[in-house]
Amino acid sequence: MSGHSTYNPTNPVMKWVDDRLPLPRLMYDSFVSYPVPRNLNYWYTFGGILMIMMVSQIITGIVLVMHYTPHVDMAFDSVEHIRRNVNFGNVLQKWHAVGASFFFIAVYIHIARGMYYGSYKAPREILWMLGVAIFLIMMATGFMGYVLPWGQMSFWGAKVITNLFSAVPFFGEAIVTWLWGGFSVDNATLQRFFSLHYLLPFVLVGVVILHVWALHVTGQGNPTGVEVKSGQDTLAFTPFATVKDAFALSVFFIVFTAFVFFAPDYLGHSINYEEANPLVTPEHIVPEWYYLPFYAILRAVPDKLLGVVAMFGSILVWFILPWLDTSKVRSATYRPIFKQLFWLLMIDFFILGVVGANPPEGWWITVGQIATVYYFAHFLILLPLVGLLETPKPLPSSISDAVLAKNADKQPAAQPAE
Amino acid sequence: MSTAEAPDEDRRDFLYIATGAVGAVGAAALAIPLIDQMNPSASVLALASIEVDLSPIEVGQSITVKWRGNPVIIRHRTAKEIEEAKAVNIADLPDPIARNANVADGSEATDVNRVVDGKEQYLVQMGVCTHLGCVPIGNEGEYDGWFCPCHGSHYDTAGRIRKGPAPENLPVPEYKYLSDAKIQIG
Repeated sequence: MSGHSTYNPTNPVMKWVDDRLPLPRLMYDSFVSYPVPRNLNYWYTFGGILMIMMVSQIITGIVLVMHYTPHVDMAFDSVEHIRRNVNFGNVLQKWHAVGASFFFIAVYIHIARGMYYGSYKAPREILWMLGVAIFLIMMATGFMGYVLPWGQMSFWGAKVITNLFSAVPFFGEAIVTWLWGGFSVDNATLQRFFSLHYLLPFVLVGVVILHVWALHVTGQGNPTGVEVKSGQDTLAFTPFATVKDAFALSVFFIVFTAFVFFAPDYLGHSINYEEANPLVTPEHIVPEWYYLPFYAILRAVPDKLLGVVAMFGSILVWFILPWLDTSKVRSATYRPIFKQLFWLLMIDFFILGVVGANPPEGWWITVGQIATVYYFAHFLILLPLVGLLETPKPLPSSISDAVLAKNADKQPAAQPAE
Repeated sequence: MSTAEAPDEDRRDFLYIATGAVGAVGAAALAIPLIDQMNPSASVLALASIEVDLSPIEVGQSITVKWRGNPVIIRHRTAKEIEEAKAVNIADLPDPIARNANVADGSEATDVNRVVDGKEQYLVQMGVCTHLGCVPIGNEGEYDGWFCPCHGSHYDTAGRIRKGPAPENLPVPEYKYLSDAKIQIG
C-alpha cells in the first residue's frame, strides 16, 4: 500500500526539511493520505486507542517516578505520599493504575477483533506476531509495575510469579535466585523490577513502531476480509479514520476517567493497601484481573512444570495461529461455523477468568480443567478442522460492492413513502 | 609468495574464523558481568546465619523467624503429632526424600530424618511452599500439619507434602544445636 507519495509541501520551510530528511513526508503518507478501507467499523478503532493509552501510561509513569522511592522500607509510603501530598498526585497515580487496566481492556478487544476478522492471515502474519510480542511485553511490564507499590498483593504476586521459573528442570532454583538477587523477593528484586518497568515501555514503543510499519506495508484488513482492489475501496486516513478514532477514543475515555475519578480502586485489591510482609501470605492471593484466565490455566494442571508450560503455551499458541487456521476466508462474517466457535472461545476465556478469581477448591478445579482443555482444543484441533470442513458464504467481489449492497438493503427503510 | 591474482584462500578463511571467535569470546566476557550482577550480592550472602532460643516455645506452639528473607517455621510438636508422622508409610508419600540439608542427600523422608535425633519434638523447616513460594498456615489442612492457601497444598506434621500441587517436602535448612535449647540456622 506504500504507493507513490502524494506529499507536496507548499511551505518553503517544510520543503527545505523534506529535501534533507523526509520526515514530514513519512508523517503525511502515514497519517494523512494513507488509504484505509472505507468499511472499517468501530472495532478497528482500538489500535488508535491503544496508542494513546501507551503514551498516557508513559507520561504518567515518568511523573510518578519523580516522587516514588524504589526501596522496601520506603516504596509503600512513597506511593501514599504521592496520593496524599503531591500536587495532583492523587489523580496521576490513579490515572496510571486504572490506565493499566484500561490498556488491557483495549488490547483484549483489539486481539479479539483480530481473531474474529482473521487479521492474522497472509500476508499479515508478521504484523500479528509482532502484536503477540507486544502483548507479552505489556504483561511483563504490568506485572513488574504492580510490584512497585510494595503492598501485600504486590509482594506475594511477585513471589508466586517469579517462582514459576523454579519449575524449570535442573536450573530452576538458580534462575529464581538470579531473578530475585537473593533468597526471596526483597530489595534487590524491587529495584530491578523498577528499572525494567521503566525500560520495557520504551521497548514496547519500538515494537509498536514495527507493528505499525508492518501494518502500513500490507495495508489494513477490514470486516469483509476482501483485499482493497481499487481507490474506490479506500478513504484517506485523515480526516475519515482520524475522526472516527477520535470519537471512539472520547467514548472510551468517558468510561476510563469515570473509573479514575469515581472508582479508582474498583479493579484492584484492597489487601494491597497493607504493606508487604514476607512472613505472612494473604488468605486469598489473585493476580490483577487481566491475568486471571492465564492464572486459571496454570492452576488447572496438577503438575507444577506442566502447569507453567500450559500457561505460557496458552499465549505462545497465538504465534502459530496464522498456520493453525486453514481457512482461505478471513472474516468470520462469511464463516458460519467459525463464527460460533469464536464466540464459544470468548465465553470459554471469560469462564477461565472467573475460575482464576476463585480459590482452587471443589468444582472450580473441574470447571477450570474443562475450560483449559477447550481453550487448547479450539486452537489446536477445531481451527485446523473447521477451515477444511466448513463451506463459507460467498464473498463480495470488492469492499465497495459490500458497502453498496449494505446500503441498498437499508434504502427502503430510509426513504419514507412520498 | 601469494599474489593478488591468487589469494591464499585457506589463510583468509582462517583469519575470518579467528576474528569471529575472538569477537564471540569478547561478547561472552562482556555478558558475564552484566548477567552475574543480578545474582545475590555479598551483603545478601553475608546475612546467612541466625541463632534462635527454643526454650520459650511451649508444646504445641510454633514460631516463625526470618532467615535469608524467608520465614523459618519452628514447631514444638506434641506427642500425638510425632506419632502421626512416624506412622506414615514412606511409600505413600508423594516425595519420599527427606529434603533435609543436615542428612545425606537422598535420605528417606522418615520422621527422624526430618528432625535431629533425640530432639524430635522440634521441627525446623522453611515456611516456603515448594509449589510457588507462599507461606503455609500451621494447624491447617487434612494432615494436621500445614496448608498453603495459595494453591491448596497439604503438608503433614513432619512438613511432608501429602496432597496438592507442591512437588517436594518443605525443605529443612542447615542448622545445628549450640546448646540444649539453642540452635544456629545457616
